[in-house]
Amino acid sequence: MTGYGKKYEVIVVGAGHAGCEAALAAARMGCLTLLLTMGLDTVAQMSCNPSIGGLAKGHLVHEIDALGGEMGLNIDDTGIQFRRLNMRKGPAVRAGRAQADRMAYSARMKLVLESVDLLDLKQGVVDEVVVKNYRVVGVRTREGIEFSGQTVVITAGTFMRGLIHVGMNNYPGGRAGEPAADKLSDCLRSLGFVVGRLKTGTPARLSARSIDFGKLERQSGDNEIRPFSFMNDKIERNQVDCYIAHTNQKTHEIIRNNLDKSPLYAGVIEGVGPRYCPSIEDKVVRFPDKMSHQSFIEPEGVRGAEMYPSGLSTSLPADVQLQYFRSMVGFERVEIMRPGYAIEYDFVEPLQIQSTMETREVAGLYHAGQINGTSGYEEAAGQGLLAGINAALQCQQSEPLIIRRDQGYLGVMVDDLVTQETTEPYRMFTSRAEYRLLLREDNADLRLTQLGRHVGLVSDSRWQRYQEKLELMERAFSVCRDITVTNKNARLCSRFGLGELKSGVTLEQVIKRPEVTVRQVEAEVPELTGFPEKVLEQVEIAIKYEGYIARQIEQVERFVELEKVKIPDDLDYAEVTSISAEVREKLIKYRPSSLGQAGRIQGVTPAAVAVLNVYLRKKTREKTNEAGR
Amino acid sequence: MINDDDTIIAPATAVNESGLAVIRISGKSALLFLNKFFRPAVRSKEMKSHQLYLGHIVDHDQSVVDEVMAVYMASPHSYTTESVAEVHCHGSRQVVRRIIDLAGLLGIRIAQPGEFTYRAYLNGRIDLVQAEAVSRLIQSTSELSRKSALQQLEGHLSRELYRYAHTIKQLLVQIEAWIDFPEEDLPEESIGKISLSAIGIYDAMVNLMASYRTGQHVHEGAIVALAGLPNAGKSSLMNALLKQDRSIVSDIPGTTRDLIEQSTQISGIKVRLVDTAGLRHSDDFIEQEGVRRARNILTTADIILLIMDGSVPVSDLFIDLLAEFSGLQVVLVINKSDLCLVQDDVHFFSGPIVRLSAKYGEGLQDLVDMISSLLLQDHLSSSESPYITERRHYETLLTASQHLNSFIKNVGLVDLDLLSIDLRAALDSLGQITGVITTDDLLNDVFSSFCIGK
Repeated sequence: MTGYGKKYEVIVVGAGHAGCEAALAAARMGCLTLLLTMGLDTVAQMSCNPSIGGLAKGHLVHEIDALGGEMGLNIDDTGIQFRRLNMRKGPAVRAGRAQADRMAYSARMKLVLESVDLLDLKQGVVDEVVVKNYRVVGVRTREGIEFSGQTVVITAGTFMRGLIHVGMNNYPGGRAGEPAADKLSDCLRSLGFVVGRLKTGTPARLSARSIDFGKLERQSGDNEIRPFSFMNDKIERNQVDCYIAHTNQKTHEIIRNNLDKSPLYAGVIEGVGPRYCPSIEDKVVRFPDKMSHQSFIEPEGVRGAEMYPSGLSTSLPADVQLQYFRSMVGFERVEIMRPGYAIEYDFVEPLQIQSTMETREVAGLYHAGQINGTSGYEEAAGQGLLAGINAALQCQQSEPLIIRRDQGYLGVMVDDLVTQETTEPYRMFTSRAEYRLLLREDNADLRLTQLGRHVGLVSDSRWQRYQEKLELMERAFSVCRDITVTNKNARLCSRFGLGELKSGVTLEQVIKRPEVTVRQVEAEVPELTGFPEKVLEQVEIAIKYEGYIARQIEQVERFVELEKVKIPDDLDYAEVTSISAEVREKLIKYRPSSLGQAGRIQGVTPAAVAVLNVYLRKKTREKTNEAGR
Repeated sequence: MINDDDTIIAPATAVNESGLAVIRISGKSALLFLNKFFRPAVRSKEMKSHQLYLGHIVDHDQSVVDEVMAVYMASPHSYTTESVAEVHCHGSRQVVRRIIDLAGLLGIRIAQPGEFTYRAYLNGRIDLVQAEAVSRLIQSTSELSRKSALQQLEGHLSRELYRYAHTIKQLLVQIEAWIDFPEEDLPEESIGKISLSAIGIYDAMVNLMASYRTGQHVHEGAIVALAGLPNAGKSSLMNALLKQDRSIVSDIPGTTRDLIEQSTQISGIKVRLVDTAGLRHSDDFIEQEGVRRARNILTTADIILLIMDGSVPVSDLFIDLLAEFSGLQVVLVINKSDLCLVQDDVHFFSGPIVRLSAKYGEGLQDLVDMISSLLLQDHLSSSESPYITERRHYETLLTASQHLNSFIKNVGLVDLDLLSIDLRAALDSLGQITGVITTDDLLNDVFSSFCIGK
């Protein structure tokens, strides 16, 4: 074993979407950082679909961006088709989605990693986390090098004991064509972590040259691109098209006839897969009445022929895959370039981490991404960012950053991870957020830039831009409050159907009308022109949805009260009498950090929370009494 | 219970039909309650803390609910250290219920078991040593109330409430699927169409809430008051209904001067029959007081049997009486049918009418049937229909129905994500009885109802 001279403050293991954010955050916050990856050519690899964003995921990207993360900038630069979803379903559930040029995405991220001071990017396979007295001190690689680090962030993706299934054949691998990390999870197990097994899958990649796109429905990007990053105002770019294809009865019959060759149905796969991302064989079996399933055919880049058929992940053998694809209209002569496969991998039960992403078992050790039982690039990146920030804050001996459920999807995600049982890979949905109306893409900057600045990740230029936006918003709001429309302004009255006004109405009241948009008002009122789109958008949402927003804010106030009552991590639940054995067991298992969190654990009753509150009160009072003596 | 910024109310004494009851209110709105509904006998600018006042609880129409003693205890010198109001009223369930209902109008909610003590403890009023006792109290009472709530929920009512929750959940599942999976080929249905089922559920909720009063009868007995001009035969009818001589009967008008009350059963429902003084002007002080009390009880009665002497022409005084009782549940009883001078011309009254002879018992069964059918309002007679008796259930339904109503009104006017807020709130309210429905439950339904996955 050779020691490596440098003493790192933060070591990040794995350079996927979580690892890149973690390493960049730590280094940008001023920590000497090492990013170790098994393959320098697969940094920020999109192992599955070549796209970023979508519902709740787009929200996460905006939040990562607001805190000073990289994902938003990276997709803005390398996106090849942009769409905004749910434009007519309400402000909180509009979300951006972009197709990425997979290779460009990876290449740009690598360049960024290479350009940051204090960040060393190295290839190496980590076999072991080195721990002394329950505190991490570094990592050991297969190559026999020991790197010392004050903190370690593990972002292992699907690599820990990864097992790839194609039909009844299976072989170890972290991703098709890449080896698995076979030792790391054993090491974690020996450190006391509970390790479980999950499954996910990906469809085949098809050759564009062999698809008859003329027979498919075309789907183009939006005319006007709305960037993910707060730092970008607009994106001018030629976009590529996606296509919509459909399975048919013949396809389903082929799949049904070959179920015995599916390792899922033959019981070979023990890991649990996600319900929201079932394999095509699952869909066919579970929804026998559905005559056809839809698939988006997405290009993996501007150059190159590989196409990604969404919704058709599978573990069936390659020949069956070819057979069922060729049964689909437009795919009669299709060629598969890479077969689809299922993969099983080890994850570590996330109830062993705290809301800071630091593990309870080993101080200074952080877990982020799929190791926590989650799925998705955006979910991984968000956790990586938080883990990187908190590892850096620990090195700087500062208070950790915890985002509350009312502040961001990032907070919802982490809180869910530490209070809910993981029964399948965790993916973010907007329905997971109880204060959804407050957690919009359009206000992610308003929610989180300040926090990002506080921890030292938000750059001066971003901060200044943010201040300018706040100032403009303030001005736009006062225009709307101060300017009054009266009878004298007949044109405005007729334009907005105000009828005979007895007394004047403010612009705010005009904008509140369901049929009036802020754009229309802007066109008529010179004082409002010149404000940027993003500023007017905030004005419109705040005015139009005032009532609902106020309701949610009121709920948040009540919610925060219980979050404030902290529970010490070392609380001896045996001392809390008058709670049932079942509830006590849950509390010991999850060790909630606040009274609110305790209440969110399934099976913990309101009465039990009250009893816990009584006990905590007693403890604090005893302490103050002692101090008073 | 873990939110302690609102105001709570509960009887502090066991409620039964005798003696006094004490109702305690704790929280910011305690004084507001007294200012609004307590009318002190001696007017004073404001209530002093820790001083017992004699007066009346009056409802929003200023009619008297009960004569009470009330005390206000300013924070922090109270049991909970919050502002506390206590009302010492008569120990009738009906009165206690009405006072709690009035508090409900101010958003004051029923306290959870042990909640006063819990607040007292949290606010440092109770000694540390008692933490254990407080915990045990919370734990055991919540267990008890959970069990009793479950018992109350057996059968029809529980099925009905689960039906509401299920329907609302289905709506929410549909909306959440539309929101979270815009790129899936989900079935296209108009939100207007699916909201029809919300309207069905809303109507059912309103009906169920209407049964709250009916439900009360089963538990606590309904008040059936006898009223009329002097010497119409109220007391005779009272005795006939009770099959005993409870009221003194004479030909002298004004014989009954005070309320005479007796409990009985009509079709298995507990009924408090109240005989009142004949309603007339009198210079007799005692009779005046009797008339005043009669008017009070009549406004709270579930049914007023307005008795008309069938042997004499209808007087203007009687028409005035009818007008006075408009809006109340009145049964016109035409008595003395035996005297063969029956007034056929009763076109001035459109409600239920029964003709009888209290003296000979003729037509008495018709009246009994009429009373029972009115009390049950076809609710319990066909025992298929659910009804509610618990204030807590009523409060829950009220909140849930308000949210659901807001949903229905907003369909087509506001965006899906806002509609989901109303539905979610309705579901969360119902969840207080039917058990919380988590996001995971919703997602489960989304994934089992729709083929999702890309």
